[in-house]
Amino acid sequence: MFRVNEKGGDESTVYSLEKSHMRLTARLAAFALVLGACTTSHSTTGHVATSAGGDVVSRDDHREQTADEQVKQALNRLAFGARPGDAERVRAMGVDKWIDMQLSPQKIDDESSEQFVASFPVLSMSTADLLASYPQRAQLIRDKKNEMAKNGEMVMRDSAGGKLSGLDFTAADSARYKEAGRQSRQMLVALQTAKVARALISERQLEEVMVDFWENHFTVFSGKGRERYYLTAYERESIRPNALGKFRNLLGAVAKSPAMLYYLDNAESTVEADRPALALRRRRASSMDTTKKPRPHGLNENYGRELMELHTLGVDGGYTQADVIAAARAFTGWSVEKPRESGVFIFRPAQHDAGEKLFLGHRLAANRGIEDGEQVLDIVATQPATAHFIATKLVRRFVSDSVPPALVDRVAATFTRSDGDIRECLRTIFTSPEFFSRAAYKSKVKSPFELVVSALRVVGARPDSTQRTAQMIAKLGEPLYGHLAPNGYSERGADWINTGAILARINFGLVVAAGRVPGASIAEWTDAKELEALPRATQVDGVIRAILGGEASSDTRKVLESGVNPIASDSTSAATKLSGFENIVGLALGAPEFQRR
Amino acid sequence: MQRRVFLKSGALSLVTMGLSPSFLKRMVYAQGLPAPQKGKVLICLFQRGAADALNIVVPHGDAQYYALRPNIAIARPGVAGGAIDLDGFFGLHPAMSPLKPLWDRGLLAPVHAVGSPSSTRSHFDAQDYMESGTPDVKGTPDGWLNRFLATKGTCDECKVPASPFRAVAFAQQTPRIMEGPAPTIAMSSLDDFTIRATGSDVQRLEALYRTGSADLIHGAGAETFDAVKMLKSANPQKYVAENEAQYPRSPFGQSLRQIAQLVKADVGLEIAFADVGGWDTHVNQGGATGQLANRLGDFAQSIAALVTDLGDRMDDVVIMTMSEFGRMAKQNGNGGTDHGHAGALFVIGGHVQGHKVHGKWPGLAPEQLNEGRDLALTTDFRAVFSEVVRKHLGTAHTDALFPGFTGTVPSGVL
Repeated sequence: MFRVNEKGGDESTVYSLEKSHMRLTARLAAFALVLGACTTSHSTTGHVATSAGGDVVSRDDHREQTADEQVKQALNRLAFGARPGDAERVRAMGVDKWIDMQLSPQKIDDESSEQFVASFPVLSMSTADLLASYPQRAQLIRDKKNEMAKNGEMVMRDSAGGKLSGLDFTAADSARYKEAGRQSRQMLVALQTAKVARALISERQLEEVMVDFWENHFTVFSGKGRERYYLTAYERESIRPNALGKFRNLLGAVAKSPAMLYYLDNAESTVEADRPALALRRRRASSMDTTKKPRPHGLNENYGRELMELHTLGVDGGYTQADVIAAARAFTGWSVEKPRESGVFIFRPAQHDAGEKLFLGHRLAANRGIEDGEQVLDIVATQPATAHFIATKLVRRFVSDSVPPALVDRVAATFTRSDGDIRECLRTIFTSPEFFSRAAYKSKVKSPFELVVSALRVVGARPDSTQRTAQMIAKLGEPLYGHLAPNGYSERGADWINTGAILARINFGLVVAAGRVPGASIAEWTDAKELEALPRATQVDGVIRAILGGEASSDTRKVLESGVNPIASDSTSAATKLSGFENIVGLALGAPEFQRR
Repeated sequence: MQRRVFLKSGALSLVTMGLSPSFLKRMVYAQGLPAPQKGKVLICLFQRGAADALNIVVPHGDAQYYALRPNIAIARPGVAGGAIDLDGFFGLHPAMSPLKPLWDRGLLAPVHAVGSPSSTRSHFDAQDYMESGTPDVKGTPDGWLNRFLATKGTCDECKVPASPFRAVAFAQQTPRIMEGPAPTIAMSSLDDFTIRATGSDVQRLEALYRTGSADLIHGAGAETFDAVKMLKSANPQKYVAENEAQYPRSPFGQSLRQIAQLVKADVGLEIAFADVGGWDTHVNQGGATGQLANRLGDFAQSIAALVTDLGDRMDDVVIMTMSEFGRMAKQNGNGGTDHGHAGALFVIGGHVQGHKVHGKWPGLAPEQLNEGRDLALTTDFRAVFSEVVRKHLGTAHTDALFPGFTGTVPSGVL
């Protein structure tokens, strides 16, 4: 038995499984030609058909979800939830066609989102321009030190431990440093604001989801020193262009990004003193300056370790401490040029360990340069453990916290067969019976970011040009670009749900309903306009349909409808009617049902 | 590890026992709130930014100290602005005079030259290591306080439901040290821990979480409403400071005041956490007065007020301070200090081995310094932390709390 969903409700069109499968294969083959890339899907499962002329056949006897559920599943997983009208649009287009479209974001017009982002000029500036335009607090302090040193004020005259004449920073200095910190924070605020806005209004929803996924997979911490100066280019140049591309390209872009080089300290990692460097160290004039601290030298294993543990192989991916050291040695010299001025990748031969290395069973010959690191990336990118690790994380994000092992295996196979093509891995997931299974439906707990954006999407909010929404996300526990440790935010629902978190989520729903989020006005919400004058029962129906996707337990419906508390021990206290439409919205956004996607 | 192991109240634990939803509804009400509980409490206080240990627990008996810090050293005891002598060799910064009575009563146990064996001078990494309990291992997913909660007092062992207030951090986000599978509460203040809705809407919201399918979210929701109700009925705000304790009006002072309220309200608090910043004194840190003195004044007054306020309850309480690393032994060119290595911490409580500065003093001669510049490390922070949890909180699982730590020499603070 299988279902047929027809645009326009043409019930007469029923395809036989075989016939339709042939059509499907032809469609996908044609699609593959268009893309010029697809090497996988047509030979795998064949659950999906996109037919000509806008007629849509979404039919599969393995899909446990109803047609409606499939639409909601797609909007909740490939997008940050549905906006008003989205479900109808996807339904009309056909869920599989919509998924195909989302897999090719470059073909989707995204004018309004681009326009909003363009209103933050800082987001298109180069790192060098940012470093020049936004004063660096630490640099100002250093300048002051140097100036004082020049004036001979280094000499300590006061031995009583009292006032340090001539060495004090003036109040004006302090104010300047504070202001510098405040201004440079605006870079981060712009990034956060744009990230929320894109998730809210971009038509390229899957791309936004994947940018978020990879930013979290390759997480860096904006609170570390000058990381905030590198973040803009990181998202714009390293992550976004590769979010649906080849994994190796993404990995390479990250490995060479000042953001990651700085965050995981590879920029500081140099050949050990007792090993040969690839080139002789040039003595710079400044190194004669004895007041300057000598730069620390030696290997830093941070990146080498996290590359394997968190970025590729996974912690049980079969590498040893010797491999960590070998990787770190291979990446010596991968650094940041003039980190406070230009902030771009540079390979420094004088800091590169020229010795032979043995990495994961591969011999990296002596006297090579940047190729060492490139080869390490080649090796880790093609390990079966990496395919499995990335597949697991993708399946966890898109399907379920209890990852179906068979699907992971198929996605890993796609990863290997397609040379790490992320788009094809996603296609394998989105065409799988597991993705459209009963078990996967509504199984994911929303992260704070997902919760906030989905709430704003569902009420048709305009993007918030202030930092308020980003602050609310932070308060819910997921400050954007604010995860300190290199493992990123958890993809598991259990980690987001605790006593304080539920409270914060409930209160967030009430804040939205009260119209206290810039851009989100319940009064302007189209559904609200239609519902306001209607009887309560109809309002509740409308809210459940619009906000909870039409799915609410009978108890939830009862609570929303009559205001009766079904578990109250006495009825006297529970008879109060809800006072207004906003309350229904607030209760629905705070309901357990809305915490899932 | 499944977090739901720790779920003690609410829908799920009952439903998994095969009880019907209608029975469940009655049960939730019949069960009521967790009974008031009294027990041991550990209060951890993090000085973020690397506090300057040498000007906090001052080695006034070490001549090198004065040679290294000609302008910012704390003078020897007995002169104006001099250190408050403890044992003839060490003294407290004069701004920490509120802690001197605790020393005299044997409640205060400073540990010197303590810290992380990691050589990192990054605040970010070092805090991470101290909170995860795993120096030089970055990927540890949870904090050691959460691992304590997870290894002790799970549902299997407890007869009464565990309190939702077992672990409370006064912070907007769950601090790294408390991250993990066991339930914890992070709140900016007790006043914030409430549903921002009026009367009957609160009941409706509760009803939404008490009914419907029994899952993670409903379970945590039930816990939340338990906690909110428990807090309301315990009404910790009614516990005003006792014994004329004077808390500073600073955020840190107010956090400690609220911790005392939770302790007194007997809500089952076992772990409390608060942090305080402003210790990264690279520039113009001052001596007996100035920047660092101001920070220390607030720090010491807050702690002294907490101890005073708790009175005899200090028999069941240990306060432990920590900071990610110490600062350079030598002052820098700007009347400040740069990032160093070993630091100092305080363990305070009714049963600590007080009136003694713990730890082996490594000396400050050039050859005794770490990398020629910092106070060398003689006590691993994990030796102190594990001893405190073992002896005070009574867990045998310290190897799970500090995986990879093989130190066996007790620090002797308890």
